[in-house]
Amino acid sequence: MTACAVRMRGIHKRFGAVHANRGVNLTVAAGSVHGIVGENGAGKSTLMSILYGFYQADEGSIEVDGREVRIRDSREAMAAGVGMVHQHFMLVDTMSALDNMLLGAEPTWRLHSARAELRRRLCALMEQTGLQVRLDVAVEDLPVGERQRLEILKALVRGAKVLILDEPTAVLTPDETTALFAALRGLRERGTTLLLITHKLKEIMSLCDRVTVMRAGEVVLEREIAQTNIDDLAQAMVGRRVATGRRAAATDDGPRGTAHRPMPAGGPHREDAAVGATEVTPGPLMKAEGLRWLDPLGVPRLDGVSLVLRPGEIVGVAGVSGNGQTELLDVLSGLKVPTEGRLSVDGEGFSPALWITPARARELRVAHVPEDRLHRALVLPFAAWESAVLGYQQQQRFGRWAWMRRSAMRAATAEMMDLYDVRPRNPDLRSSKFSGGNQQKLVLAREAQAGPRVMLVGQPTRGVDIGAIEFIHARLRAHRDAGGAVLVVSSELDEILAISDRVIVMNAGRVAGELPIEDCHEAALGRLMGGAVH
Amino acid sequence: MSTNASLPRWMDLLLLPLMNLALAMAVASAVVWAIGLEPGPVIGLLFKGAWGSASGISYTLYYTTTFVFTGLAVAVAFHAGLFNIGGEGQAAMGGLGTGLVALAALQWMPGLPATILVPAMVLGAMLFGAAWAAVPGALQAWRGSHVVITTIMFNFLAAALMGYLLVEVLKEPGTMDLQSRAFEPAARMPGVHECLLALGVDWPATPLNLTAVLAVLAIAAAWWLLWKSRSGYDLRASGHAPAAAQYAGIDPRRQVMLAMLVSGAFAGLVGVNEIAGVHQRLLPDFVAGAGFAGIAVSLIGRNHPLGIALASLLFGTLYQGGAELAFEVPGFSRDMVFTLQGLIVLFAGALSTVLVGPLARLHRRWSSGAAQGVWP
Repeated sequence: MTACAVRMRGIHKRFGAVHANRGVNLTVAAGSVHGIVGENGAGKSTLMSILYGFYQADEGSIEVDGREVRIRDSREAMAAGVGMVHQHFMLVDTMSALDNMLLGAEPTWRLHSARAELRRRLCALMEQTGLQVRLDVAVEDLPVGERQRLEILKALVRGAKVLILDEPTAVLTPDETTALFAALRGLRERGTTLLLITHKLKEIMSLCDRVTVMRAGEVVLEREIAQTNIDDLAQAMVGRRVATGRRAAATDDGPRGTAHRPMPAGGPHREDAAVGATEVTPGPLMKAEGLRWLDPLGVPRLDGVSLVLRPGEIVGVAGVSGNGQTELLDVLSGLKVPTEGRLSVDGEGFSPALWITPARARELRVAHVPEDRLHRALVLPFAAWESAVLGYQQQQRFGRWAWMRRSAMRAATAEMMDLYDVRPRNPDLRSSKFSGGNQQKLVLAREAQAGPRVMLVGQPTRGVDIGAIEFIHARLRAHRDAGGAVLVVSSELDEILAISDRVIVMNAGRVAGELPIEDCHEAALGRLMGGAVH
Repeated sequence: MSTNASLPRWMDLLLLPLMNLALAMAVASAVVWAIGLEPGPVIGLLFKGAWGSASGISYTLYYTTTFVFTGLAVAVAFHAGLFNIGGEGQAAMGGLGTGLVALAALQWMPGLPATILVPAMVLGAMLFGAAWAAVPGALQAWRGSHVVITTIMFNFLAAALMGYLLVEVLKEPGTMDLQSRAFEPAARMPGVHECLLALGVDWPATPLNLTAVLAVLAIAAAWWLLWKSRSGYDLRASGHAPAAAQYAGIDPRRQVMLAMLVSGAFAGLVGVNEIAGVHQRLLPDFVAGAGFAGIAVSLIGRNHPLGIALASLLFGTLYQGGAELAFEVPGFSRDMVFTLQGLIVLFAGALSTVLVGPLARLHRRWSSGAAQGVWP
């Protein structure tokens, strides 16, 4: 039996009420490439963070190279031979590659000799592994692929025998990905053990020897790659899901009960409407075509996304976070300007030369509930009544000339708090003092009360308690029932399935697929989310 | 306004500054003792010099007026997330504006009444101060040049400009002194002692003039702007949370410009106090460090107009009391006052949050103790 590079046994980790790792066992053979797959919240990042010393497990043990170790911080992890290449690089842009390697690991205060020594070791290492990095160039001038190689070398030069790679291809172009995989295979030949955290099933199949699938904090599958396939992995990743969606909405007592809907029973997306349907398919409320957005490093975070929002529907955007969902909402709401693409809202067209702005979006009755509640949706030091008018503070009812009509704002806030059950009912309380759920309800109240036609909602129930979750979902359905459209981005697949009429799956900045809710089965969704089908 | 969320409001705004002040005084007393003087009588004399006589009070209030303006200048910019440390230069330019209006009137339209001249001078002060802050503001807004760097540079530029103008352009003909011609009698802010005399009250002649009333109005105006006006909302949102402000449709560049313009205008009013109120001619270096003192005033005043009013009174007290001490006590130089000011800035500014931790713990123990019925 091959030696075991890493063995984690019975790992439990709780963050308050969240049981992030439930009795996780992981065995990694030395010199192999081991993949760890799962959606957001599956617990894979937590597990690796424990291995690398960022967290300490509540229970369980870790063995590296057959020896039990206690890893209390990243220094001890590195001493045990465990290195990590993070998804968001930890490099100083203005310093050279060599200096970045030296940072934090300076052997003596005589930098000159330390640099020379390190350079010698690095040149040898680069020869052995084939990973080339220009040592004297400032990091900000290096392309992304080269920066990543730098991160890998940084871990290796500190003696890492086990290398953890967190979503390594998230920022790479297809060419760079190929180059990386070649390099990783080379590392495996050298005897380095690789742990690959990812949600991209194709990569797992092509690169790994063994795979562990995690879901909801537990290991649900562990297998040799040769004995499994993408479909098995996809299903395991997503699990047995019940697509509630429309069926649930039709039977539950929403705020309007089983009230009348202005739409025909077949739904607006059934253009081949059933006999007797006389309504014409209504025009779209929002239409986006070919949206492309590049991040500061030049990586396309949105790579040609098109979508349509029609009245009376909730469109859910599923996918592992980091695949362009955030950027999509930002572009549609006017916070970011795309490099290419067109947007049409209520008949008004926008192109990158003159893109929609948040203010104009509000005028066109597009509301946005931002993903980043704390820094975008609210101003934390502001009182609740001040946050409750954020974005609408220039409206007539809230002021005349230069004067702010505080009483009107407070009254509006009190009304919002009543309608949406925000506690405590104190408009003067600082926004930061409300619990996450109540903050979210306040933000939702603010956006819904403005009477929008389109609601762009990001992570509506992140960090929100159960009771508030139901309430928020009911509100979104109510908006849909009244003829509005909702675009919901959520990393919780359950949530998407619970409220959507149709689901768009995003992967690598593109729409991997679109399914009406009835067709949302585990296998199909898992494949789309894992990037298996383009 | 920067607040410490772990402390209840009253502790944060009242107790903490007082304790920081007490610490500063304690250290200052130690210094006084170290140079061979008795701290008690010295401190007593300081306060007596500032508040013990009509003349002393007047001087104190006259200094306070200047500090209010420079303090508000820093505070308004701070609420927008900018650290405007160009108050020195903006105040100097404000004085230039005041003087140019008066000299222009003297040259081309002599005989205008005070009711036109004085408001014109005030406007000139505000405009020039605002204009001087506008360039750093524009550079920050459109080019990202950090306001801290540019405003400091502009302080030097202001001094150089004033020097040049006074030597080459505005110099009073017939003298070697670095000053402009004297203004007309109507082009001055009346002194408080004159007004009181007109009301039948006997009051010693001091530099204290009606600009002090402007200072009170400025406090009210700043408070209204920041918390009652729509602009103030946008400004504060921009300063607290730029991402949220962008989301709310607030243009960050506009906010930066607005903040710097208002800030500069406030600083410019120092010109009215000094040039129109005291000297009635243009002089170099009449700001004399008040711009920098304004930074300390704003810090101690927690960037709130009321706090600034109180902090300005404190600094005015120190200036006047220090002058008296330097006069009365042998071995005590004016530099001691600067030492004390420096200590206050150190404890109330840089070290202001040192006490927050212990105070918060104390408060938690008190409140939990009270809840458990341990404390009465």
